[in-house]
Amino acid sequence: MARAWGASAVARIRLESVRHSYREHPAHESDWALKRIDLEWQDGGAYALLGPSGCGKTTLLSIVSGLLRPTSGRVFFDDQDVTDLPPDRRNIAQVFQFPVVYDTMSVYDNLAFPLRNRGVRPAQVDARVREVAELLDLQNMLAHRAAGLTADGKQKISLGRGLARSDLNVIMFDEPLTVIDPHLKWRLRSKLKELHQRVGMTMIYVTHDQTEAMTFADQVVVMHEGAIVQVGTPVELFERPRHTFVGHFIGSPGMNVLPCDVAGGVARFAGVPVATANRAEAGGGRTELGVRPEFVRFTDEGIPVRVVGVSDAGRHQIVETRHGDAVIRVLLQEGEAVPGERAHLGFDPAFTRLYVDGLVAGEDR
Amino acid sequence: MSAKPVNQRAWWLVLPVLLLVAFNAVIPLMTVVNYSVQETFGDNKFFFEGVKWYSEVVNSSRFQESLKRQLLFTAIALAIEVPLGVAIALAMPRRGAWASACLVLMSMPLLIPWNVVGAMWNILALPDIGLLGWTLNKLGFDYNYTRQPVAAWATLVAMDVWHWTSLVALLAYAGLSAIPDAYYQAAKIDGASGWAVFRHVQLPKMKHVLTIAVLLRFMDSFMIYTEPVVLTGGGPGNSTTLLSIDLVKIALGQFDLGPAAAMSLIYFLIVLLLSWVFYRVMTLDEDPA
Repeated sequence: MARAWGASAVARIRLESVRHSYREHPAHESDWALKRIDLEWQDGGAYALLGPSGCGKTTLLSIVSGLLRPTSGRVFFDDQDVTDLPPDRRNIAQVFQFPVVYDTMSVYDNLAFPLRNRGVRPAQVDARVREVAELLDLQNMLAHRAAGLTADGKQKISLGRGLARSDLNVIMFDEPLTVIDPHLKWRLRSKLKELHQRVGMTMIYVTHDQTEAMTFADQVVVMHEGAIVQVGTPVELFERPRHTFVGHFIGSPGMNVLPCDVAGGVARFAGVPVATANRAEAGGGRTELGVRPEFVRFTDEGIPVRVVGVSDAGRHQIVETRHGDAVIRVLLQEGEAVPGERAHLGFDPAFTRLYVDGLVAGEDR
Repeated sequence: MSAKPVNQRAWWLVLPVLLLVAFNAVIPLMTVVNYSVQETFGDNKFFFEGVKWYSEVVNSSRFQESLKRQLLFTAIALAIEVPLGVAIALAMPRRGAWASACLVLMSMPLLIPWNVVGAMWNILALPDIGLLGWTLNKLGFDYNYTRQPVAAWATLVAMDVWHWTSLVALLAYAGLSAIPDAYYQAAKIDGASGWAVFRHVQLPKMKHVLTIAVLLRFMDSFMIYTEPVVLTGGGPGNSTTLLSIDLVKIALGQFDLGPAAAMSLIYFLIVLLLSWVFYRVMTLDEDPA
């Protein structure tokens, strides 16, 4: 991608066997905040790190920005090993969960601060600050004191301090919309997306909100308990979850995960053979079928279920059904009627997969 | 406004507080006001004198000298204790066992009774047997705080710094601890120097506690009595006779109730006025632009 904004600096970010523990002598597997991360981010991409609280995403971000030194493993920007470099020498910017502004300074001085710290000439500082202000719609506020701004204004300043620097490689966002009013969230979010297109800079966005991740990023990295469970485009994560956690965490409601038996290359749920998109190789572990409510249909014959409830999810209705203890949710299509108490279900074979111990069992056929 | 039934009986609930305030503040203060406008003779005879005592006190060189000494002492105490307290707070460890140890050590001077502080320093600084006084003389300094005004002042200031810098340090430390890590991290990413972090992150975030620290130190140092009385008794000569010491001499030594009462009120007004000035100056840029 052509760089519209930053200097010629290019950064491919590569993490090699990065592990991190906040304990001095990690003994158990659970002592590791990051278990073992190998990851590569291409220059100019929009990435999201998605996962529940405590999954290690902020730890990972801090390791990339240099605020934390990993217990082991190396961090590379292009081919340069930056593991031991402090944050101010990594050409990164970070926007934090709670807006950080220098209260005593004006908006202008806030934006100029990182440039002045780096000894940039005043005329250049001025030009750059005005450019950034224009980009973020802050032109009319330059003379205001930063302390008086609303949360979204402050968050823009945090971002602007990063954008002002010409040496910037990566901007990182750590749940930047947490304290923003809901009606302003989507505005700031689309502003970020637009910015990414204009400045063509690598952006990494940490969040636990799947909507934020899916709308912002080209590639989403899903984390769970200190490990990466899947890296993919939003569509891949939705259609081909590699882990039951991904299926469950992404989507609303999440994927149905049903215990099943496997024999002779065929998965069976409730005695009914279920066709799967991937090869049904059991290998001795806990076997489960995963299918999203979007890909379950009411049929004339198939898996017998009892309809126990219906709820509204915006434009769609979600029907909750049960077979024994297993709950299967079905997303009703528009115009489709809720069936009577006894019904049968069929799964779309293209989007039904077998999982062994949480991981997708085999490659797609 | 909606027409709610108005029940004034709730005012009775305020009565206990009113009584308390009346007995511990209003009545004593009004007694002083009463003394300040009258000439008092034995047999409980009083004659109204108007503002005579006030003009007498304000125009007396004795009061003016005491006030100058008091202002000088407070200025020196603030000038040393506030920056030193902030510096100590910055140097203290943020977490861990050492942080707790520091906090306990720092609190010690604040827990010692004031007259004990005076007595401690009185003995410590004695030129013949005190550890400090003896050492200074052995090192070749001619030091005797009971005879030299400069030595007396130096000792007085040293004692106050030892006694009260902790308060500033603890308040500043509390202010520093309340700064979220993200500020330091952002400053690091912005390439800020240590000075810039202090100037633009730490100092602004400490402003509120420092306002309190400065006000407390101003008021306390301006009204200081116990420690200097025990240390120097106001001497040598009148060289360390601060306002409160002078006031006690007039009120209880000479039993001049009228002038003493007038002086008390003037003293009170000065403290009030200067506190207000300090507060206004320190919160100046908080008004919306």
